Amino acid sequence: MSRNRSSHGLFWGSLLLAVLAGLAPFPEAVAVLKPWFLGLVMVYWLLEAPERAGLGLAFALGVAADLIFGTLFGEQALRLVMLAFIVQRFRPRLRFFPLWQQAFAVGALLLNDRVIAAAVRLLVGDGLPPATFWLSPLVGMLLWPWLFLLLDQLRLKGREREG
Amino acid sequence: MAYAGSTSTNRSSDHNAGILRLLAYLAAALLLMVVDHRGAWLKEARRQASAVVAPLYWVASAPVRVLDGARGQFASHQQLALENAQLREALLLGNARMHRLEAVARENERLRELLGGTRGYRLDVQLTGVIDIDLDPFRHRVVLDQGRRSGVVAGQALIDAGGLAGQVSEVRPNHAVALLVTDPDHAVPVQVVRSGLRLLAYGTGERDRLSLRNIPLSGDVRPGDELVTSGIGGGFPAGFPVGRIVELRPDATRLFLEADARPATRVERSGELLLVGMHAAAAADAAGVGPESPGAVDPGAVPEPDPEPGTDEGAGTEDAP
Repeated sequence: MSRNRSSHGLFWGSLLLAVLAGLAPFPEAVAVLKPWFLGLVMVYWLLEAPERAGLGLAFALGVAADLIFGTLFGEQALRLVMLAFIVQRFRPRLRFFPLWQQAFAVGALLLNDRVIAAAVRLLVGDGLPPATFWLSPLVGMLLWPWLFLLLDQLRLKGREREG
Repeated sequence: MAYAGSTSTNRSSDHNAGILRLLAYLAAALLLMVVDHRGAWLKEARRQASAVVAPLYWVASAPVRVLDGARGQFASHQQLALENAQLREALLLGNARMHRLEAVARENERLRELLGGTRGYRLDVQLTGVIDIDLDPFRHRVVLDQGRRSGVVAGQALIDAGGLAGQVSEVRPNHAVALLVTDPDHAVPVQVVRSGLRLLAYGTGERDRLSLRNIPLSGDVRPGDELVTSGIGGGFPAGFPVGRIVELRPDATRLFLEADARPATRVERSGELLLVGMHAAAAADAAGVGPESPGAVDPGAVPEPDPEPGTDEGAGTEDAP
């Protein structure tokens, strides 16, 4: 029970931090490179805790993120649900990839997400985003191994402490 | 666990259920987007949520605030003195210009009264801080730390030291979201100062470029021309600098010209902006504010020695770069 509680803390805490990191300002020059933290953390939990993170959570989080970021209602929900579905489909394979290969897969996921985001923008009438729009998945890909190791480390530590 | 289903039928039914759920969620998301894009009643939900969202903004911008505070603590004395000197100089210049403008404003007021006073709009300004959070680097929006409770209304223009910075697009109880002039959704009616030609300046999504389209071939525009708000449509008060034309070229149809302009605003994500409200003269009088109100806050204006020659020279040197 108490082990459950500590892992709950990490679960929700990491998602909240991902949202905050998304809001935190980056220096002007590198602002466009900001990775989609919420998506990255969500991928981790979809891989490691599928009993908790599913399509429903992705949708709910997406709507909450839309509220917070002031994006079109449903935009991030749509993107997160797509992401969650793909990760769920390929979860057995993704889990046993070596880390660098996993990072490439995550990069591809994020690129796919950017395509969806661009399509939404196009449909709403915002026009095609600038070229730098496509750089963020690359950063997300480079960030993935570190994020994965960090969250794994925290999770194991929590488990050890309880067990 | 779901992936451990042993029989293949079990697996494929799982798979189908997964797809059905995916479709259901996608449909819900699409529905939300359409409703939000078309209708207005989800705005109410946003308004309700702002109580939860505001503390998040506060937390997210905290690291930057701490860093700024630390900079104030540890910045070298010399640096601060230099900054101080620069600001003092800027203040003197600003005061000098303002005195001149005040005289012009009074004269203008008098003339308008003579004309019957029907167009008697007065400006009413309010200083607002920008909360340093980044909503989306590809949309140029900022979050202001004042909202409906401080009297901010949607559509109010925002200016900074350089010129027009944007307009308020969304008002919540304690903060407001503003669209910058460079946002792709932003358009502002402008006028070429030299020739009086009226145009529309659109944001492009790039920080240093505005775009002006459908300029008639016979239109009198040249690179280097200053653009100011024309005040047409009533959304923006007239006369604020918007930008300067940098390039002019024929558009795809060859029937019109299009131009690029460099925005006059120096807005970054942090700092302060002025909210400009337009009120009919009567309302402004009742509130006791007018174009004089910025003048009222400059007790430092007294040591200004000889405004006339100094002003012209000062204005010249500041315009040069």
